Amino acid sequence: MTEGRAAPPPGKWQSATVVQIRRETATAKTFRLELAEPADHLAGQHYVLRLTAPDGYTASRSYSVASAPDGSNGIELTVERLPDGEVSSFLHDEVVVGDELEVRGPIGGWFVWRGDGPALLLGGGSGVVPLMAMLRLAHRTGRSDLARLIVSTRSPEDLYYAAELTRLGAEILYTRRTPEGWPRPAGRLTMADLPASIGAETTVFVCGSSGFADAATDMLLSAGVGNERIRVERFGPTG
Amino acid sequence: MKPTRGFLGRGNRDPRLPPGQYDVGRDWPVLTAEPTPTLSTATWTFSVGGLVEQPMKWTWDELRALPDSTYAGDIHCVTTWSKLGVSFRGVSVDTVLAAARPLASASYVLATSHTGYTTNLPLEDVTAGKAWVVWEYEGEPLAREHGGPARLLVPHLYFWKSAKWVSGLQVMDHDEPGFWEQNGYHDRGDPWLEERYQGD
Repeated sequence: MTEGRAAPPPGKWQSATVVQIRRETATAKTFRLELAEPADHLAGQHYVLRLTAPDGYTASRSYSVASAPDGSNGIELTVERLPDGEVSSFLHDEVVVGDELEVRGPIGGWFVWRGDGPALLLGGGSGVVPLMAMLRLAHRTGRSDLARLIVSTRSPEDLYYAAELTRLGAEILYTRRTPEGWPRPAGRLTMADLPASIGAETTVFVCGSSGFADAATDMLLSAGVGNERIRVERFGPTG
Repeated sequence: MKPTRGFLGRGNRDPRLPPGQYDVGRDWPVLTAEPTPTLSTATWTFSVGGLVEQPMKWTWDELRALPDSTYAGDIHCVTTWSKLGVSFRGVSVDTVLAAARPLASASYVLATSHTGYTTNLPLEDVTAGKAWVVWEYEGEPLAREHGGPARLLVPHLYFWKSAKWVSGLQVMDHDEPGFWEQNGYHDRGDPWLEERYQGD
């Protein structure tokens, strides 16, 4: 593992106002937050969101930023509603535009892409979120040639950012069910889905469940990509 | 902070949970920043070096032959999950340090992994029964994705300090930030003080 360039420490807790809520899928929503104290984030970084009950009890979770750094005072967090998820179900079921939420960030100095070198982005399910920030950054800065995104998702109904992914040229593979007439049959990521050659300058960002991350990194390693060029972010339960 | 509109929280919070943490239940999330390595116990080693009288290196079988020791309690990840009532078996870091005999100037260690991962700890956080090199979780061999064949276990600090795939300890007379510590995380990481990030 090589050392990343150090990121500045995250700011203090601050208040953020929900200014927009968009539905991505039946179980995912994107919350656009306006920050009281805006901070430039790097594509791939996350924020911690904290809920406080009247008795002082708090619950916190980390959410990746989906929006590219764009100099605005807003960030977008895409949140998957987990069954029995204390924070995610509150965000989905209770939060409306105009609400104030407490956040802290941006956080993370490893799983970040600064838009200055070629990047291969492999996302499984909701793991596409931090990679979306990277893809959006590449397009916003006119360097769409630098970033290539491959997304694995169960079915068309589970795909986040569907229209935008198509517009930005992301490759989509479906593991359980494809749209009608889709050229690739449903199935998990295989070597054939990876680019035929991955340049020595390319950094590969893998984000998804532990199973997806292990499968993808095993393929990358057997394709000859060095450990030091692979950055992984995992989430979700195992076994 | 004023309460979040509409949020009531859940009653009966477990007193074993540090502030800002939640009980993850039976799950054990994997949060590794790199590919999971496949390490053979035939070539695996664990070393103690740096400011010691006697640099030491153990093979897998040699380390397993040291007196074993168990931890039963809780673990806390900085990403806000905690896992309550777990057990690990391994060897106390006191045992391996005693063999290497740290010099009087020793005050910190840098834990290293076979992957190149590093994390820094004050010496007093890995001595006096507070840290282990473990190879068993709940009576089973430690899974590869959780750091197997063996990882460091420092359960009173956030879990990134418990280096997976641990390869050794460098004993030092100064603090030197490790991987996450260079990436904005706290140098010590006490979950009860919420020492999550640099500056906390």
